[in-house]
Amino acid sequence: MREEIIISGRMNKGVDPILHAWGWEIAVYLFLGGLAAGLLIYAGFYAIRNKEKNFFTALKLAPMFVPFFLILGLMALFIDLHHKLYFWRLYTTIHLNSPMSWGAWTLMVITPLSIIYAVLNLKAVFPQFNFSNKYIQYLSFAIEKTENKSPNWNWKFKWMRDLESFLNEKKLILMWALLIYGIILGIYTGILLSAFNARPFWNTSVLGMLFLVSGLSTAAAFIMLISKDHEEIKWFSKIDLAMIGIELFLIIHMFMGFLASTQVQIEAAKMFLGGQYTFVFWGVVVFMGLLLPALLEIMELRGYKINHRFAAILILLGGLILRFVIVYAGQSSRYLY
Amino acid sequence: MRYAMAIDTLKCVGCSDCVVACQTENNVPIGYCRDWVVEVTEGTYPQLALENRSERCCHCENAPCVRCCPTGASHKEEGGMVLVTHEKCIGCAACIESCPYDARYTHPDGYVDKCTFCMHRVAEGLKPACVSVCPTKCMYFGDLDNPESEISQILKNRKWKLLIPEAGTDPKLYFLI
Repeated sequence: MREEIIISGRMNKGVDPILHAWGWEIAVYLFLGGLAAGLLIYAGFYAIRNKEKNFFTALKLAPMFVPFFLILGLMALFIDLHHKLYFWRLYTTIHLNSPMSWGAWTLMVITPLSIIYAVLNLKAVFPQFNFSNKYIQYLSFAIEKTENKSPNWNWKFKWMRDLESFLNEKKLILMWALLIYGIILGIYTGILLSAFNARPFWNTSVLGMLFLVSGLSTAAAFIMLISKDHEEIKWFSKIDLAMIGIELFLIIHMFMGFLASTQVQIEAAKMFLGGQYTFVFWGVVVFMGLLLPALLEIMELRGYKINHRFAAILILLGGLILRFVIVYAGQSSRYLY
Repeated sequence: MRYAMAIDTLKCVGCSDCVVACQTENNVPIGYCRDWVVEVTEGTYPQLALENRSERCCHCENAPCVRCCPTGASHKEEGGMVLVTHEKCIGCAACIESCPYDARYTHPDGYVDKCTFCMHRVAEGLKPACVSVCPTKCMYFGDLDNPESEISQILKNRKWKLLIPEAGTDPKLYFLI
């Protein structure tokens, strides 16, 4: 028998008795970041492939939410910082070795890009303004309706209209940038954790792919949730099914890797195979968040009458709880004591 | 210059004087500590073996905290000490997560704090506070690059081990066994 105890009474806040320096803020940010990344990847991918007509929600409506998700995620990150007034130090250096530096710079690029794309979609999403609201008149003016579906408003100042048409000309570049940065953001949320070799449960390169795929799956679920187009819902529920399949494969792959690795990683895996995280992971994340919604989606595609929103909400909840489980479990896995 | 520390586990009695000396010298906030003592008991009664270890930041050659720090606040000082520049630290705790020895904590003022190998004392030619107060004289501090230094000699003549060398951090805190 071997017993190791700290006898000098080390009880550092956030570190003892088990590490908990990161809490809900990081989990919420990882979820929102993954969701935003997934939405931008779909928008970029289908815009480049000229599917604007088929996927109104994925290309126009859902990207309107992305800046809000990113800003909420960044606010969660900001709450997590302990030396808040120095946060600008992130932007005085580039540390290629530090995933967090990568993430900070990626967010610096992708957040403004997502805002630009959301603004460019304003006319498509809100073609009819109610001009009785005086705030709307600060930035826009009413125009005569030319066609049935064209917007009844335009930007008030000439430079705004010029800027809009300039950006619309460069839209293909914007969409490529959103696609590429979306992939980087989606993978980075996993790499952020997997770069810590001190935490055996995080220290697996599968995590980058797992978070990217989980982000794509939650994004597909979000599109299903807000879409009104039946064909689009059907298509994204098929994508979601594929993503769930890949996610399940990656989860099995991850545990196979742990069990074939060093003692500390075997112990990390044991937390999920009979240990404290067994139920919340296999019962809540895998069954309730992946298998059950997949079953519902398959039954719906087979023609059963099931509300697709039910599966979508389960997927979103599952994605959120997955981030929580991984953030907390990683901090419980360790080398010493 | 490559500063390192060695602790003789055969002489250490686990009195925690090093912990109190550090807290006093470095004005460590109440309830926190930069070094700590671990007692390891092995075997079953009556065949027991006891080991006391005074632990702290290992000032690793390949320091994961320096690698993971997004702002460069965690850095290597001349002499191999791993330090945190308070004005650059944003308190994101990435270094705390990255340390396999759990040697760091968030200071109540917001920045991340840790053992400095008492750099301010070493600069004056003194030994770190923990080393100089040790009542059993079980701690050694010095320059590994100097083959004549006390620590180089003791590491040459005694058996020693490192804590979790498999983490790949190349620590510079040696335990004489």
